[in-house]
Amino acid sequence: MIARVPDRRFAGQIARHAVLILTAAFALLPFLWMVSLSLKPPEEIFQANFHFWPTAFHGVENYRVALTAAPMFRFLLNGLLVCAAIFALQLLVCIPCAYALAKLRFRGRDTLFSAVLVGLLLPPQALAIPHFVLLNVFGLLDTYAALILPWAISTFGIFLLRQFFRSIPDEIIHAARLDGLGEFEIIWRIMIPMTAPALAAFGIFSVVAHWNDLFWPLIAVRREEISTPALGILLFRDDEAGQFLGPLMAGAVIIVAPLLAAFLIAQRRFIDGLAVTTMK
Amino acid sequence: MTVLEQDCPRRVDAKASFAMRSGEHGLGWLAVSPAMLLLVGLLFGPVAAVVLFSLTDWQLGSFSFHFIGTANFSTLFTDPTFWKALSNTLIYAAIVVPGTVLLGLVVALLIEASPGLRGFYRAAHFLPVMSTMSAMAIVWGSMLHPTIGLVNRALVTMGMSGVNWLRDERTALLALAVIGIWQGFGFAMVLFVSGLKAVPQQLYDAAAVDGADGILDRLRFVTLPMLGPVTMFVVILTAKRSFEVFDSVRVLTQGGPNYASEVLLHRLYTESFDFLHMGYGAALTVVYLAIIVLLTLTQARLLEQRVHYS
Repeated sequence: MIARVPDRRFAGQIARHAVLILTAAFALLPFLWMVSLSLKPPEEIFQANFHFWPTAFHGVENYRVALTAAPMFRFLLNGLLVCAAIFALQLLVCIPCAYALAKLRFRGRDTLFSAVLVGLLLPPQALAIPHFVLLNVFGLLDTYAALILPWAISTFGIFLLRQFFRSIPDEIIHAARLDGLGEFEIIWRIMIPMTAPALAAFGIFSVVAHWNDLFWPLIAVRREEISTPALGILLFRDDEAGQFLGPLMAGAVIIVAPLLAAFLIAQRRFIDGLAVTTMK
Repeated sequence: MTVLEQDCPRRVDAKASFAMRSGEHGLGWLAVSPAMLLLVGLLFGPVAAVVLFSLTDWQLGSFSFHFIGTANFSTLFTDPTFWKALSNTLIYAAIVVPGTVLLGLVVALLIEASPGLRGFYRAAHFLPVMSTMSAMAIVWGSMLHPTIGLVNRALVTMGMSGVNWLRDERTALLALAVIGIWQGFGFAMVLFVSGLKAVPQQLYDAAAVDGADGILDRLRFVTLPMLGPVTMFVVILTAKRSFEVFDSVRVLTQGGPNYASEVLLHRLYTESFDFLHMGYGAALTVVYLAIIVLLTLTQARLLEQRVHYS
């Protein structure tokens, strides 16, 4: 009896690891496969027996082809630029609005907040046609502006930041006003520093969504020079060099790596950030 | 001393209400005006425009249009491809939702069961959530390749014959659903873990007093009932994401073969932007919008309940 309890516990531990290793393998296998193929010469990719590690290392060649046949770094840079611009615009628009909805009293405030809630219901894909038409009218299709402008307003950002701003006690704001701080300074020197984790969570949500988005870039741009990573890898595949699996997988590694690296460095922040932004 | 203490807040109030009367109203409107202009210009205006497009024969680039009533909708509803896309999306959701929820729940329970390698498992399962789907879909495409793909290599090793997963009408949608589960179950896991952390320890203690102290008893009488609200939330969230499936379809099958993997959003994209059938696309958008709004409202209702619950 005394011996059985630790035995059972031990068996439970084994079972736990057995199942989790299986599911983790399911999650990780595509990444391992991608890296493996990106290091192999074509004949080894096609040979009958499979080894994870290449017998003839062909990594340098594959990555060189990926980087020269398609502007991979340009895609990454475009992704960075577009995501940064979108997030900056969203903050610029959301913060004052969220602050006013949370802390200022004015007529029509509740109506405005209801409008924000209604906006939350609308999936961005449903706005694609009118956004496309609008950008076409202004001659902005196939430009960076086409990738950025439709996302300038985030009702989700307004909603999220309002919730967090509301949690800051009114007394702090009153005290700041007594000290002669203007509303702009209150936002800049009190609200933003005090809600930094919430802003970071919103930033992670926004950047992950737009870095990975394929639907809108596919509609908005055609030129390779301004393609974002998700679209870029697709253009590379449909290109001549992308017909070869080695360079194609090398390209996929280059496209996927930056966000995954950021995630692995700041895991907790990413996981909590994405969980918080979903549940709010 | 007491007088002064009582006096102070009142003075603050007076000052605040003065500020309110004079400046706060204008200030409030000033602060919300950019957001409100964009809200109208980029969200509400466009939604109205889509509904308008769906009732007219307008084409991209033309300057005139006529109201044609519900003609676009009757075209849509008599188009077998639309029904195929709708039923495929429902089948896709019917596989992805239970798969994602079950797998996410099991992984969450096991990860939280003991601290061994917890950090590694959490990161490993979350990796697909973070990865760019279009790139990973290309990777999945090579894994499902009929001859050199990992999946068929494994099947052949086990003595079975391979399948051309993405080119076979019977398996294309299933393969996409597996990819959908692969991408989403780590996120479900994270939501379940946060649900598990909210279960108060006293409940387990109380259950133990009542004789329910085995792992399965604890699971049945405490953990799973307490996870009810989170589970409903994950179900709706996953359903919503299933209706948004696009990247893997576009990259791997483009709805084929013979519309076997055509889904709503991909149909919307091809009709509107490949063929520029704006009226049809707008009508489809309106239908799509209605479905998503319904799901989102259900989700919001559930979130509200969860807040009252805790």
